[in-house]
Amino acid sequence: MLLVARKDLRVERRAKIALGQVAPLALLILMVFAFALDANTSLLERGAGGLYWLAVLYGGTLLIQRSFDVETDDGNMDALRMSAIGMPSLFLGKALALFVQITVLELILGPGILLLYNVGVVDWALLFAAAIAGTLAFSVCGVLWGVMSAGLRVRATLLPLLLVPVLAPVLLAGSRAFETALGVRAGAGWTWAGLMFVIAAVHTALGLGAFGFLLEEG
Amino acid sequence: MSAVVEFERVISVVGSFPVLTGLDLRVDQGEILHVRGENGAGKTSLLRACAGLISVSSGNASVLGFDMRVDRRAPRRYIGLLGHENNLYRDLGVSEHIEFRAASVGARASDTAAALEQVGFPQQLWTVPIGSLSAGQRRKVAIASLLVGRPRLWLLDEPHAALDTESRKNLDAILTEASTSGATIIFVSHESPATKDIASRVVTLDGGRIMEDSGAD
Repeated sequence: MLLVARKDLRVERRAKIALGQVAPLALLILMVFAFALDANTSLLERGAGGLYWLAVLYGGTLLIQRSFDVETDDGNMDALRMSAIGMPSLFLGKALALFVQITVLELILGPGILLLYNVGVVDWALLFAAAIAGTLAFSVCGVLWGVMSAGLRVRATLLPLLLVPVLAPVLLAGSRAFETALGVRAGAGWTWAGLMFVIAAVHTALGLGAFGFLLEEG
Repeated sequence: MSAVVEFERVISVVGSFPVLTGLDLRVDQGEILHVRGENGAGKTSLLRACAGLISVSSGNASVLGFDMRVDRRAPRRYIGLLGHENNLYRDLGVSEHIEFRAASVGARASDTAAALEQVGFPQQLWTVPIGSLSAGQRRKVAIASLLVGRPRLWLLDEPHAALDTESRKNLDAILTEASTSGATIIFVSHESPATKDIASRVVTLDGGRIMEDSGAD
């Protein structure tokens, strides 16, 4: 697992796609909303959690796409199939690398919403728990659906189409949990964070069972 | 000699297209088999069927003693496959890539230097990102990635592509040495004059089956 994660992170460190392109793009999305809704600061505050997760969804989808582009490039998928790495390790390794990359993206976007949307944190523990749960869910769903579309010519457009409906509950739960953590809505923030952990756990179980078959048949 | 590849009346279908159509082939340990044929004859499909990357729809197929109809993943850890593409991560450095490949097949990363030296890859380029290498240099890295895993069965699709004359001779020497130490090699090549010296046997494919076999009685 660590072998695959280390390789993916090394590739990413060299290519600098996550930090050099995806993070600035996601930050730009936050800025565009800040300018577009500037006249209505209360709306901006109330929507901060949702806009944050929307930017994560956009950036995360690009990172997931990239994670499988490096495998389909130059026939690396065949080399993975031929390797002695167990399929569960492959799945978890790719998910771990994505988790790290999306976390870095979130560490950049987090201060972004605090500065641009003029919100403060009232529950740091909930904020971190929701961020970790959401990132976990993004990572495992991303690897599961990423491998499904990896072998297809139309993967660039198909992956977001597959991923957005699957991640919609994460987007919703993340937004609700963040709204509570940012103090803009009283509610069951911890329940929403828990829901994201459940989604992550379900997709991890699915991934551990199905990843090998999907890689083989892709 | 024990059979490393034993195919009997093998039919393989990719999508709805039959790529192997009743292929019979036995390759013994230590053989260097040259597979030739026109474009679309089924050469690459034969290599992929040996690697278990395409399934056998009908017939009997065993590779390294594993029944490919029961578990086509089982022999893969003992096989080195080099296809048309080089299977390289362009953003990784040369030695980083080979160390990853070594670890991924359970081999020792410490053999990386020996493998690169064996293919004649210049030491000053070992840390260079693969994406900045020439086509011939990338092919050498791909061959070194196979070498480091010490496969028992080598499946090579146009292995000499992009290599200069000196490097081709070096590759032939590597393959001959591997065969002498017990590995079996099946390679596809259109370049008969360049490879006739190392092949112990030549088969010609057409329409997904063997039409000519130099080793046939």
